[in-house]
Amino acid sequence: MGFLKSFFRELRYYPSAIVGTLIILALLSLAVYAVVAIPYHRAVFLWRGTSDVWYRNPKMVPPEWVNYFRSKKLPTTVDLDSRQQGLVQRNEKKLGKGKQIDLTYTFNYTADEFPPEVVLYFYPTYASKQPFVSGEWLTPDGRKIRLGNFSVTSGYSFHVGQDKDIARRLRRMLGVDIPPGLGLFVDPASLPKDTSQPVDQKALRPLKGRYTVHISAITFGPQDDIQAELLVYGGVHGIAGTDHLRRDLTVGLLWGAPVAMAFGLISALVIGLATMIIAAVGVWYGGVVDDLIQRITEINMVLPFLPILIMVGIFVSRSLWMIMLVTIALSIFGAGIKSYRAMFLQLRESPYIEAAQAYGAGDGRIIFLYLIPRILPMLIPGFISAIPSFVFLEASLAVLGIGDPVLPTWGKIIQDAQANAALYKGLYYWILEPSVLLMVTGLGFALLGFALDRIFNPRLRQE
Amino acid sequence: MSEQQVQEAAFSPAEAQDQPLLSVRHLKIWYELKRFGFLHAGYVKAVDDVTFDLPRGEAIAVVGESGCGKSSLMKAILGLVHPHDGQILFEGKDIWEGGNAAMREYRMKVGYVQQDPYGALPPFMTIRRILEEPLILAGIKDKEERMERVIRSLEEVKVTPPSDFLNKYPHMLSGGQQQRVVIARALIRNPKMLIADEPVSMLDASVRVEILKLLDEVQQERHLSVIYITHDLSTVRYFSKRIFVMYAGKLIEKASTYEILHNPKHPYSWALLNAISDPLAENATKLRDIPPGEPPSLITPPPGCRFHPRCQKAIQGLCEVEVPPHFSVAPNHDVACWLYREEAEA
Ligand SMILES: Nc1ncnc2c1ncn2[C@@H]1O[C@H](COP(=O)(O)OP(=O)(O)OP(=O)(O)O)[C@@H](O)[C@H]1O
Ligand code: SF4
Ligand SMILES: [Mg+2]
Repeated sequence: MGFLKSFFRELRYYPSAIVGTLIILALLSLAVYAVVAIPYHRAVFLWRGTSDVWYRNPKMVPPEWVNYFRSKKLPTTVDLDSRQQGLVQRNEKKLGKGKQIDLTYTFNYTADEFPPEVVLYFYPTYASKQPFVSGEWLTPDGRKIRLGNFSVTSGYSFHVGQDKDIARRLRRMLGVDIPPGLGLFVDPASLPKDTSQPVDQKALRPLKGRYTVHISAITFGPQDDIQAELLVYGGVHGIAGTDHLRRDLTVGLLWGAPVAMAFGLISALVIGLATMIIAAVGVWYGGVVDDLIQRITEINMVLPFLPILIMVGIFVSRSLWMIMLVTIALSIFGAGIKSYRAMFLQLRESPYIEAAQAYGAGDGRIIFLYLIPRILPMLIPGFISAIPSFVFLEASLAVLGIGDPVLPTWGKIIQDAQANAALYKGLYYWILEPSVLLMVTGLGFALLGFALDRIFNPRLRQE
Repeated sequence: MSEQQVQEAAFSPAEAQDQPLLSVRHLKIWYELKRFGFLHAGYVKAVDDVTFDLPRGEAIAVVGESGCGKSSLMKAILGLVHPHDGQILFEGKDIWEGGNAAMREYRMKVGYVQQDPYGALPPFMTIRRILEEPLILAGIKDKEERMERVIRSLEEVKVTPPSDFLNKYPHMLSGGQQQRVVIARALIRNPKMLIADEPVSMLDASVRVEILKLLDEVQQERHLSVIYITHDLSTVRYFSKRIFVMYAGKLIEKASTYEILHNPKHPYSWALLNAISDPLAENATKLRDIPPGEPPSLITPPPGCRFHPRCQKAIQGLCEVEVPPHFSVAPNHDVACWLYREEAEA
């Protein structure tokens, strides 16, 4: 192991190697963290996004930190759920057989932009007759806007921002046609003086301050109850933003790391080792074995790699493991065989191999203990540099729609973004985040690979 | 065969002196030449009809210019190349009969020292590991025993103190030390026969003598049979009793060292000796530069005596037609030259 020690000692003299190593270590810890923090089944479940896991997230919003770079701050989500203690003021009094339940939601609004959506979710429990609800919206300047009266079934959600009746009431109050999502928050001072003109939404400002929402519900059975959740969706979310299914991109980006690392490392390792072993076996036994390996390699090298992968993805399985298996199978008999063969051919003639034969080392021993260890150091830089190409391959396939159907990967996030016209909509974060991670991964391995090449190869030439 | 048995066999009193340790009979090492990778295009006749015996405990030298087939002969003896024809008998048994197991067993009894000491040592293994390999292959499982033998063999070749070298890599050693390690590796299984293919030609003049003396010592102490190959006649006196002169794939003179140095018979041997102004001088000119003319092609060797295009004594109508047989000119002195046909008959 003196070899490793001297190798690390030498590595210190290459700043690029240190940067590369740090990047790789960071990615590896990210990968480990992802797998530990979000176990595989949980990640798959979250990413499927079918159930109600993500309804509290705004749709397609950038990460929270974009506010640091904006003069007009975007709101963060306000989530007030009466089922949780202390968030909502609740009063009950008996009324006939049932109850009258008053829920008061208050929140401070400080953002410079409007929230994208306002929704009330109701969670009633009732024996026969649905509870009856009425709501009222109070602005910081004391205006009152009736939200409406309705009876609620379980799972009922009231999209305040799109309600026609509220729009009508707002026109009466403000004198202009304005979507309720804006009208409930708008600062009347920012409204145009000339009410005959259509409203320029860009000129509108929200009114900052304390908003109050009153929900008054009447239940009819002795056991009946009602809870309600007010969601004023934000314009930013988390550290990575959200996608079209309201999924938190953090989950996908985090899990993309182990997937990318596993794909890259396993592919590069298996291909590198298998190629080397096959080349060594061919060179050592020579004759028919070598010919066969050479012919298989030549045939394999003219096979169209990507089309085969895409066909497998379409007709067999898009699972990451299947794609990896096919990638490995198609790459083992690749250009590597030819270059390793050239090295082994030279090595086969070296006196130490002859000596080993003379003292009785068998074929297997010579291949694995005498031939391969000699060129293994030469393989390491190439192996490190090959990892990102497999990471990129997986991402490219995902972008082409051959991504794993269940696992979140960086490539799939890019593909989702593309399918939802993220760039056209100005949702740059959605594409940039996975792309930056991919590029950083490539950079890390490339920096280390190049440094290793410089460390290993002069020494090998000397020997 | 276990290591114990190998050891016992090496010093067995039952060893009959009458049977030579190694007998080479009409050995031909022909390398096939191929055109376009598969068409037969003749042979390189690197060794052509070589016959000799190596008695137990004796050192012989094979001398000849570069490319005459010395290494090919040794590789054949080590079982590294398959003979085109002829036999190699070790203790009376053909080394190629009996398959892999017999070959392995045979190799346990043979040590091999190559020309380029650095090339002969795997650069990625420590000295300890290098010396352990032959022991592992001999089936010695006990780590301590292996370690003990590694240390003992390093001491024997005077790479001392062994503990300073065990964990070193070959490139950290000097050329002389490397060659000592190669010798230690060749001796570590107590072989009966040692093959040394130009063991000093790549070393500095200053360490050559030491290495040759070491080989001589080891040979004497262990009662080893040694085949020492060289193209440098000036180094043979260090330990070989007999010299075989090789020319273009054939042995052309076999005699004691004294006879070759003082009473050579073959015209090629004369040329060899003339090449060394003082045959005993340490740094005599290498013989390969001196004999007039070029060494013949081994693909289409000259008919008759292979030396005839360069021979000043050639007998017209005989030498270029008939291959000279070995004539015995004195006890233990054979020469393949038509000049001695009467002498031998007499
Ligand atoms: N594997 C091979 N295939 C074809 N020809 C070979 C092979 N090995 C050796 N030869 C040829 O056989 C001849 C004898 O080679 P060999 O190495 O035995 O000579 P040598 O006497 O040891 O020479 P040197 O003193 O240079 O080591 C040379 O002409 C060489 O080119
Ligand atoms: S056989 Fe003839 S050619 Fe050959 S060495 Fe003797 S004399 Fe010269
Ligand atoms: Mg040679």
